[in-house]
Amino acid sequence: MTSPDTRAYRRIPADERPPLLFPGYASTVQRAPAQPLEYLPHMLTELTGPLLGEGRVGPLDHDLTRQHVGEPQGQRIVVHGRVLDEDGRPVPRTLVEVWQANAGGRYRHVTDTWPSPLDPNFTGTGRALTDDQGRYEFVTIKPGAYPWRNHDNAWRPAHIHFSLFGRAFTQRLVTQMYFPDDPLFFQDPIFNSVPDPVARQRMVSRYDHGATQEQWALGFAFDIVLRGREQTPFEDEDDDE
Amino acid sequence: MSELAAGRPGGTTPSQTVGPYLSIGLTWDDGPYVVPEGTPGAFWIRGRLFDGTGAPVPDGMIETWQCDPDGRFDHPDDPRGAAPSSVPGFRGFGRSRTDAEGRWAVLTVRPGRVPDGTDGRQAPHLDVSVFARGLLDRVVTRLYLPDESNANAQDRVLNAVPAERRPTLVAAAGPDGLVFDIHLRGDDETVFFAI
Repeated sequence: MTSPDTRAYRRIPADERPPLLFPGYASTVQRAPAQPLEYLPHMLTELTGPLLGEGRVGPLDHDLTRQHVGEPQGQRIVVHGRVLDEDGRPVPRTLVEVWQANAGGRYRHVTDTWPSPLDPNFTGTGRALTDDQGRYEFVTIKPGAYPWRNHDNAWRPAHIHFSLFGRAFTQRLVTQMYFPDDPLFFQDPIFNSVPDPVARQRMVSRYDHGATQEQWALGFAFDIVLRGREQTPFEDEDDDE
Repeated sequence: MSELAAGRPGGTTPSQTVGPYLSIGLTWDDGPYVVPEGTPGAFWIRGRLFDGTGAPVPDGMIETWQCDPDGRFDHPDDPRGAAPSSVPGFRGFGRSRTDAEGRWAVLTVRPGRVPDGTDGRQAPHLDVSVFARGLLDRVVTRLYLPDESNANAQDRVLNAVPAERRPTLVAAAGPDGLVFDIHLRGDDETVFFAI
């Protein structure tokens, strides 16, 4: 088999990722580096990464509706999908972390002062491990939109934060999952910071009637695509290991 | 086909900011411990995260990744083979939120040297990711050790950085280990890498 150490990960084209400086999102102005980024070749430290999984995920960590004695307020949803790389290969046994606001758009965080009520039965954090096919599933409630002070009458579209490791330092990704047809997309600089509108749509989940459960929960599908290898001379499954 | 939800095949899901509330979802009690407390040779790396005005960033997160003291990774993509570390409990990975003063810390052991992909070896280093509100994507830097001047002088990555900016990548000696401040922007801006 080909030696995996020589296979760098594909660099993400500039129109498929947000720029660091995006003045429409005011906080970037003093936090984005001003100097150009230096080129880092992919060597061993970049081609490896933490393989976190077993032992870090408890049996109910994927169900955000069962972390308290009572049930949280809001519309119960099932969010499921696969973690894949750009070559379509599933990323198995990888840690997926999520956090989100409650149905009223409030985070259980000391600095969130939006006066929507806290839900005593909702923390808003979850973890899951993908299975051998890269599949994951969370049960949660649909988060609410919330105002923020970035611009005039600014409201964040409903979203769930996702964190993924993949299998290499280069693949580390933090993103947000949005909901289809959200009327707030047009004014949100975070969503719109991604230049390519096609790439932007990859952050939008799809209503999935097949995953919707009768008298119980709405289903949403959300696949997450991590960077693939720059060169894949042969699509040999053995190369995965 | 759930693949449809991700758009056309062959493109990645874009990065988005962690926002101001990352600590509810991403901080772990054991996050700062690359090695367990009491590990022989363990030391703290402490630092602060600053923005372009020199103000501390209180809602950020630092992650580190490194080889073990023997220069090995317990990872199948290391062509030398996955090698369980000789240091019991070594995870290679550290994760620390920043506090109200922008402070972060990880407890670790000295990384060894690993091949640099040509004929040489890299100087001991940690890869470092910075996440925060206002960062639409993580920024990545490297941390080198202050008492490795010979190895640092030979390091391929360090040498590609303009000499006047190289010091931002080298930690300083501290009271119980090393100190590594990170400046996102401004006169003391840390060197960040495109990966």
